[in-house]
Amino acid sequence: MLDCRIVVAAAALAVITFAAPVANAQDKSIVVASTTSTQDSGLFEYLLPIFKQKTGITVKVVAQGTGQALDTGRRGDADVVFVHAKSAEEKFLAEGQSLKRFPVMYNDFVLIGPKSDPAHVKGIKDVAKAFQTIKDKQASFISRGDRSGTNIAELKLWKDAGIDIEKDKGPWYKAIGQGMGAALNTAGAGNAYVLSDRGTWIHFKNKGDLEIVVEGDKRMFNQYGVMLVNPAKHPNVKKELGQHFIDWLISPDGQKTIANYKINGQQLFYPNADDAGA
Amino acid sequence: MDTDASALHLVLTGNPGLYAIVLLSLVVSLTALAFAALIGIPLGAALALVRFPGREVVIVVLNALMGLPPVVIGLAVFLLLSRSGPLGSWGLLFTPQAMIIAQTIMVAPIIAALTRQTIEDLWAEYRDELTAMNVGPTLRIATLIWDARFSLVTALLAGFGRAAAEVGAIIIVGGNIDGFTRTMTTAIALETSKGDLSLAIGLGMVLLAIIVVINAFAWGARRLGEHFAG
Amino acid sequence: MSMRAPSSDVPVEFEDVSVLVGPLALLDGITMRIAPGAPTVLIGPNGAGKTTLLRVAMGLIAPSRGRVTWAGRENAPPGRRAIVFQRPAMLRRSAAANIRYALAAAAAPRATRSERIADLLALVGLSGLERRPARRLSGGEQQRLALARALARDPDLLLLDEPTASLDPAATKAIEDIVHSVAARGVKVVMSTHDLGQARRMGDDVALLHRGRLIEHAPVTEFFAMPKTEEAKRFIAGELLV
Repeated sequence: MLDCRIVVAAAALAVITFAAPVANAQDKSIVVASTTSTQDSGLFEYLLPIFKQKTGITVKVVAQGTGQALDTGRRGDADVVFVHAKSAEEKFLAEGQSLKRFPVMYNDFVLIGPKSDPAHVKGIKDVAKAFQTIKDKQASFISRGDRSGTNIAELKLWKDAGIDIEKDKGPWYKAIGQGMGAALNTAGAGNAYVLSDRGTWIHFKNKGDLEIVVEGDKRMFNQYGVMLVNPAKHPNVKKELGQHFIDWLISPDGQKTIANYKINGQQLFYPNADDAGA
Repeated sequence: MDTDASALHLVLTGNPGLYAIVLLSLVVSLTALAFAALIGIPLGAALALVRFPGREVVIVVLNALMGLPPVVIGLAVFLLLSRSGPLGSWGLLFTPQAMIIAQTIMVAPIIAALTRQTIEDLWAEYRDELTAMNVGPTLRIATLIWDARFSLVTALLAGFGRAAAEVGAIIIVGGNIDGFTRTMTTAIALETSKGDLSLAIGLGMVLLAIIVVINAFAWGARRLGEHFAG
Repeated sequence: MSMRAPSSDVPVEFEDVSVLVGPLALLDGITMRIAPGAPTVLIGPNGAGKTTLLRVAMGLIAPSRGRVTWAGRENAPPGRRAIVFQRPAMLRRSAAANIRYALAAAAAPRATRSERIADLLALVGLSGLERRPARRLSGGEQQRLALARALARDPDLLLLDEPTASLDPAATKAIEDIVHSVAARGVKVVMSTHDLGQARRMGDDVALLHRGRLIEHAPVTEFFAMPKTEEAKRFIAGELLV
C-alpha cells in the first residue's frame, strides 16, 4: 500500500545518502586544516590541482583561523595542519598532538591603512612605533580577534610596542572575530588600519581606498609550518597520504611550485623548508 | 559596474565551478527536505490526531527547535560528528552528509509544526464524516494527509526555503571545502569576505532565481491541482 | 471483523437516555422506539436536542445515562446505518471520488464500485457531475452528494439532520423526492426538521423534542390534529420558539 512504498523509498534514500562517506574513507583524500589567509591568498587553488595530478591524492582544505585549525587537529578531525603561528605550533608539538613540525614557506605581514592615512603612519619603518602612533591618535584599527596566525602576530606587535592592548584598547580598536578578507572589507568600509598577510592583500579584490602603509620591518616576518596529526592520538589519521603531502610541500618540486605562485607577476610566498631554524 | 558584468558573464558561460556549487546546494537542501518530510509529516499528523502520552512535551520541544538559531544546531551536530565526539567513528564531519543532517534537524520541526496545524484544521472539518463512515485510524491519517496535500506542499516550500537560505550550520559542519562542501550560500560568504564580489553576486543571482523558480513551480502545481481536485 | 455487518440496525431503542455536558442536559430521559417502516420526523425548536438525538442514534455520542440498542445490540459499530449532517463536509476530491471513498470505507466489493457510483449519482440527480470537485458544487448539490455517500453504505437506517435547512424550495423538493424513494425501498429514515409542512409531507410518525425531553411521539395525522401536550399545541401554533 501507500505506506510500504514510502518506507522503501525512505530506506533507499538513506542508503544512497550515507553510503558515500563510507566509500570516502577508502579513497585517496586527506583533510588539511589550514588558515583563511592561506586560502584567501589563492595558494590552495593553485597548488592542490598540481599535487593531485602528480599523486592522485585529493586534498580537502578546511580553512579556519590558526587557533581553530590546530583545535581541529587536536580533535582528530584533520589529518594535517598547515598554519602560520610558530608559538602556537610549538605548543601543539609539546602536547604531543604532532611528532614533527616542518617549515614550508614565509611571507610577511603588511600594515594596511586608508590612503588618507589619518594617523600619519605611512612610511614609518618601525612597525611598533606605527602601532604606538595609531593608539595615541586613537585611529580606527581592525583586529581579527580570532586566534589566527595574523591575530597572534598583531597581538605580539602591540606587546613589542609596550602596549597592553587588552587594557588600553578603546572604541577605536575593533575586534571582529572573522577572517582576513572580512577584516579588510571592514577596514575599507570604516577607513581603518588593519594588519594583513601580504598574500591575502595581493589577492584581495576589493581594495577600495586601502593601501600598504608600513612594511619591511623584520618583526613582520610570517612563517608557515606544516604538521601531521599524531596517529597515535587519532588512529583514523591517514598518515601515509598526509605525510606524502608534507613531503611534497618541502621537496624541491613542491617548493618550486610554491615560489611559482604569482599574482600580477608578484610572488606571494617564499619557500624556506631548508631553513632549519624557521 | 564591473563586478555585475562579470557576474552575469560567469552565469551565462556556465562556469563549471559555479554549477558544481549550485548542484551541491540543491542536492543538500532537497535531500534534507526529503528526510525532513519523511520525519515531519507523519510526526505532525500524529501530533494532530493522536493523544499519546508525552504529546505536550514533543510539541514544546518542536517549537523550541524551530526557534533555535541554525548556528546552534550546526554546533551541536559538529560536536556529535567530530572525531572526538560520540559519533566520530562515522567519519561524517566535513562532508555533505553532515550538512544534510544539520539541515534535516533544522527543517523537520517546521514541517512537523505546519503539518500539525494543517491536519488539525482539516480534521476538525472531516471528523464527523470520517467517524460516521467508520474509517479506521490508518485510513484516517492517509486521507487527511492526501486531502491536505496542497497545504503540505506549502509547508515543504517553507522548509526548503529555510534550508536553501541557511549558511551558519552548514559552514560549521561542512567546513566549506572547495569542491566538496561549498554551497551557494557558503560560497557567497567566502567570496564576499575575499572581496571577490563578482562571483558572490553571480551566486546570489542564481540562488535567488532558483528560489523564485521553485516557488513559482509549486504555486503553479498547487493552482492546477486545486483546479482539478478542489 | 466481517466485511459488512449483515445484521440490521433497526429497531433502535432509546431507554431513558440522557446526554449530559456538565450540568447541561442535551437529552433528558428519552425513551423512544424507532421502528422499521415509514419515516420518523423529529421536530422541535432550536436547542431542543434533535441533532444530539440523531448523533446518539448513529452511535457517535454515548449516552451519559441509559442505553441505546440497535436491533437489541448494544455498542454496535455502525454497520448498516448512515447519517447526513446538517452541513456535510466534502472531501477535497471529485464528486465521484467522494462516493468511491464512502464505498471503500464500507468495504463494498471492488468490482461493483464504479457501477454503484454511477447508480448513486443518478439516484440523487448528480449524473454528469462525476468529475466536478465536490467543494465546487452548490449547497443543494453538496447535500445530495452527502446523501449519496450515506446511501453508499447500503444502510437500513438513514439519519438526516435538517437536510433542507439551507436550501431553496426547488432543491428542497429534490431532496424530499429522493428521501421518499429511498424510504419506499425499505430504508428506515429518521429526519429532523424545522419546517412543520415538511414534517407533514415526510413523516409517518412525528416526535417533538423540547429542551432535551421527548414531549410527544405520535403518528403524524394524530399529532397535528389532536396534540396532547401543551408544548405540542404551542409548537404547532408557532409559539414555542426555544
